[in-house]
This record gives sequence, structure tokens and C-alpha cells, in this order.
Amino acid sequence: MRVPRVIPCLDVDAGRVVKGVNFVDLVDAGDPVELARRYDEEGADELVFLDITASSGGRDTMVEVARHTAEEVFIPFTIGGGIRSLDDARRLLRAGADKISVNTAAVERPELITELSAEFGAQCVVAAIDARRNDGGESPGEAAGFEVYTHGGRTATGTEAVAWARRCERLGAGEILLTSMDRDGTRDGFDTELTRRVVDATNIPVIASGGVGTLDHLVEGITEGGADAVLAASIFHFSQHSIAEAKEHMARAGLQVRPVA
Amino acid sequence: MSTNGRLVAVLDYGIGNLRSAQKALQRQGADARLTADPALVADAEGVVLPGVGAFGQCMRALESSGLAQPALDAIVAGKPFLGICVGMQMLYEGSEEAPDIPGLGILPGQVRLLPGEVKRPQMQWNALRVRRRSPLLAGLDEPIWMYFVHSYVPDDRANAIATCEYGTEIVAAVEKESLWATQFHPEKSGSAGLRLLSNFLDLVASSGAT
Repeated sequence: MRVPRVIPCLDVDAGRVVKGVNFVDLVDAGDPVELARRYDEEGADELVFLDITASSGGRDTMVEVARHTAEEVFIPFTIGGGIRSLDDARRLLRAGADKISVNTAAVERPELITELSAEFGAQCVVAAIDARRNDGGESPGEAAGFEVYTHGGRTATGTEAVAWARRCERLGAGEILLTSMDRDGTRDGFDTELTRRVVDATNIPVIASGGVGTLDHLVEGITEGGADAVLAASIFHFSQHSIAEAKEHMARAGLQVRPVA
Repeated sequence: MSTNGRLVAVLDYGIGNLRSAQKALQRQGADARLTADPALVADAEGVVLPGVGAFGQCMRALESSGLAQPALDAIVAGKPFLGICVGMQMLYEGSEEAPDIPGLGILPGQVRLLPGEVKRPQMQWNALRVRRRSPLLAGLDEPIWMYFVHSYVPDDRANAIATCEYGTEIVAAVEKESLWATQFHPEKSGSAGLRLLSNFLDLVASSGAT
């Protein structure tokens, strides 16, 4: 039985959730732990915390976020953003994170994935890949390519995304968090072609990310993209839809999901 | 749930995220300690052996931490014992993941690669099918959803109390006397998982009661 996961993503800046989270009845909508608890109660299958802190001092606050979350929330959670070393990862895992995701640091030094996997196990190493279309096919009708971007989508790498995903699996990643930079923030839906290509090229779970604006988009990520999990931020944060509504919608579309208790 | 306060040793042999298991047990009322101290393990009323990652690495770490023998002693003494994920797998004779490294061998059987054309690891929530009534699953009504992360699974049909469907039917939880083990992560399975841990603490309490 295949049971796709629904994963809300929380962007954290200096220990505070940003991107205008808007639950009317939360005492402190910026508190990552309170939001995590809320999503757990709503039936989220996992959580992703993304550290978008620009300053280097932000690392310590994420360890605290992991520590407090692990005390109160008993579903799996991943922490990503700025992890560059085994020590960074160890501190987060020891604090209670289940997985860590690496992006820029892994592109710059791919062996990091192998080292993390050897030290902590593949199951806790998520390769986060930000990809953007480059439509520079040589002839009309040629399939679009996808290029890996780093530094939060600002830096083109010249690396082809599907090949990089395959390489991440070989290096020891246990899961891929695949974000379409073209769709991120657009609410136009996942780039299901990108998702499908990576899913077909790898044999580890793939989380589709970037572009969710409706509940149908979540379904499309699974049925068209073939993803094992769907990640979204704004549709959940703004109380546009609850996780329970998302699960019900997916179930009505014929997908097997963990129902909300 | 009974006010518990029972001393439960969570074996800390340096692998992965052990803090969640400790915090979940504490949430359910246990005096749960992460420990590598054999004396504390001997004093504990219940023992939990977590584990994530690779079988061979976990076995080597368990051996070199000096906790393999105390774990076996606790099981042989009939102390309530709970193995989780690779902590379950290590209870068996060996694993296809590391054929040269023997397991603890307290349960008969081998740990085998998840069969068939399935994605490995299974990294998702899955619904348990109860195969045998067990106090570990008391108060949990099917479908019981638990969180799994694994590529291998014990072939132990004889002791199975619950299975799940992943390409084929696989063993999800086992029971043998006062030894229980789950392939899934109760400490990461929300309220159902917390209930299972609470059931384990009830077993610890009733075992320790004189």
C-alpha cells in the first residue's frame, strides 16, 4: 500500500516562522513549535522546517527549534537550510530532528551526502534540489531541461537536475525534496513534468514542492508527478485549507491517505 | 493512564535521534533516561532499544558501547523490553543488509530486504492489521496508523502481532513473552504511537508490581 504524505513547510528566520502565517486563534503565530503542534493535530504526516536565516548565528536557534519541537510533537520532522557539515547535522539530530536536508552545501561538495549517510543513515539524509527550466533545447519540440539552482534559487549551477537527483541517490540520500523554482510562490501547481522525470529516474521517495495553490494541485503531484509526498506552505498557513480538507480531497480523488484521527 | 514514573532505560549507543523516544516515554509518564550505563540498565524496570540507519552499523555501535550484553540480560530476566525499527531488527539472528554481522539472536529468524517491486525505504504511514491480540495494542482500534522508515524487515511470522501491506504483507510488530518490538516508530506516530508506548509502560508497571 502506497500512502502519500502531506507535509506543511515552515520557513523559519532567526527562530520565528515567517511568510505571514495566519491562524486566527494562535497565541503566537510566529512560534514554530506552536505551529508544528497545530499541524500535528490537523493530521500532517510530517513537517519540514526550512531555516532561511541569513546570518550565521541563526544555526543555534534551529537547534532550539528542533529541541522544543521534539518535546511536544510526535510526528517526523526535517530541518533544512544552511547545513554544511556533519557537526551541523549531528546537533540537529541529537536535538530531536528525524531528518536533515542539504542543498547548496551538497552541490558544492557532493561527498557531504555520502558522509552524512554513512554517519547517520540514508533515512535521515534528504537531498533538497531547487530546479528551474531552461528551455534551450536545440530544436523546437525538444524536451525542456531542468537546471539545479543553489543559494535559495539565486545561483545557477549548470548542473542538470534529473542527473543530479540520480547522483544524490547513488551518493546515499534517502529522499529527495524537489522544488520547482519556476512554480514556487505562483500557486499554479507543481511542475509535474519535473517531478515525474525525477521520480522515474530514482528509486527513493520524492517530495514534490513549489506551486501549490489548490487542493487539486496536491492530487496532481501524486497522480501526474508520481511523487511520494506533497509539500506546501501558503495554502495551509493562511487557513485557506486545513490539512484535514487536503486529506479528504485526496481521498475523494482515490488516493490512499492517512485519515485525520 | 496510570501515573507511571517507572524507570525506563532508553539505550543510547550513539545512533540517530534517540531523544524523540525518550520524550515520548516521558510524555506518557515514564522516568525515561537515555543511558549507556549497564548499571542503570540493570536497575531499570523496562528497557527500550531504538535504532535507525543500517543494521551493521547499529550492531557494531551496540557492541562497542557495551550495551549488547545488558540488553540481552534484561530480556532473559523477563524485564519488559521494546525494540524499535533497527532496534527490532537487531533482536534477530542476522540481516541480509550485513550478512557478516550476527544479530543478538534472541528471536529466531532473519531480517530480509523488503520484497518485490516496491520503493525502498518504505517511508510513510501505514495501517496495521492486528494478527494476534496483544496488550501492546490495547485500546487501539483498526486501522492503526503508524510511521515506518525501513528497507528491511524480519521474516518472523510466528511472533507477529501486527502486519501491514507494502507490496506484500510484512511483519510490523512482534511479541514474545515480555519482549515486544515494532518495525514502525511509535515515538513518531502521533497519538496512536503514544498510546502504544503508554501500553508498554503499563506492562512495565504490572511486571514491576509485587
